[in-house]
Amino acid sequence: MSDLGPLVPRRRDMHPVPFDPDYKTSVTRSPRWPLLSMESTPSEETGPRFGHSLIGPLDNNLILNWSKDGTPAIGERILMHGRVMDEFGRPVPNTLIEIWQANAGGRYRHVKDTYFASLDPNFGGCGRTLTDEQGRYQFLTIRPGAYPWPNRANDWRPMHIHISVFGHSFGQRLITQMYFEGDPLIDRCPIAATIKERSQLDRLVAPLDMAMSRPLDFLAYKFDIVLRGRRQTMFENKLEGM
Amino acid sequence: MVQSLNTLVETASQTGGPYVHIGCIPTFAGLGAVYPEDLGLRAIEDGAKGEIITITGEVIDGTGWAFRDALLESWQADASGKFAGQAGADPKVNGFARFAADKETGLWTLRTVKPGKVKTRDGRLQAPHISLWIAARGINIGLHTRIYFEDENNADDPLLGRIEQRNRVPTLLAKKTSAGEYRFDIHLQGANETVFLDI
Repeated sequence: MSDLGPLVPRRRDMHPVPFDPDYKTSVTRSPRWPLLSMESTPSEETGPRFGHSLIGPLDNNLILNWSKDGTPAIGERILMHGRVMDEFGRPVPNTLIEIWQANAGGRYRHVKDTYFASLDPNFGGCGRTLTDEQGRYQFLTIRPGAYPWPNRANDWRPMHIHISVFGHSFGQRLITQMYFEGDPLIDRCPIAATIKERSQLDRLVAPLDMAMSRPLDFLAYKFDIVLRGRRQTMFENKLEGM
Repeated sequence: MVQSLNTLVETASQTGGPYVHIGCIPTFAGLGAVYPEDLGLRAIEDGAKGEIITITGEVIDGTGWAFRDALLESWQADASGKFAGQAGADPKVNGFARFAADKETGLWTLRTVKPGKVKTRDGRLQAPHISLWIAARGINIGLHTRIYFEDENNADDPLLGRIEQRNRVPTLLAKKTSAGEYRFDIHLQGANETVFLDI
């Protein structure tokens, strides 16, 4: 695997459009001129690696990782789990996943969030973990609430969890959001709607996974993540004429 | 009909939103010590070999406003052109850093070592550069760009050489303001729009 080739070029049509007038902040924050396209170099193919020593025992348990006395966070207890793999279906092991979210009432623990919903004294709203050798990960958390946000006159965010993934290459860096099966606000959300390819938005909606839920404890939602792959052929790394 | 390719499509990006700091740099975001320290606090440790430099700048939107909620990440080689994890790399160079625009001023700061030259896949030398990635509310897919240095020889750099409009090249060059100090502003739009990369 040491002779992996360049990163597969990103399919921009499978991603949100950078400029979308219905998501107002994107209007002034989206580049207007074409991106400069080039084959990846080691600057993009390498990336930071993080070891297991980074991760504390409660880092992937948002129900308890901000609790001062062990009181669990308020809300519907859920297991969020899935696999990280590349475009060729290969697992991405030992990669850092970070998540952040609002509490069960739909409020973030942030000085700028002044929504009416109360803060939960036992819920911070962030977690992290490393994938295992098969690329699998799990978080125990509470289902975040939906909340209104200042955009058009009456826009609401569907329930969602923010996810950041590193992969093994700086060029694989990805931030996305997980939505929940059955939420009627997904189809009304201008941020979700920045993704014009419907099948790609559908892939951000986690299904309820009763097989992984724990009776009398938590429901489960499955969320698989696919990162850019790297080409691998017997012709890689050979210059013409060599 | 043809055979199935059996390849997957990359998961779609979504904006990091206004509270990206909660997930990525929670101590900075005011969450207190949920982790011992925020990830990527230092690109280098004490004793890193090479020229120690400080780069500061703003991330400026289409109205000219240096917005306050940008999250940036950098990735670079050490002074000899090796990346962390590669054989012979400087153990004091993490290579990765995460930093944010200041909540009051919009200024961000990166203290690091000036990177060495890194080869392309076909063996051409790239001029010293730092890879940057920017996430924020309103940015639907993270923006990649590079910091080069105006006081280096950039003439043969393969990436800079591909920029047709030569007047745009300086958008990727950090300006030297004093010894060891550079300025690098990132313009998301406008006449000085930074060259962003699809790489």
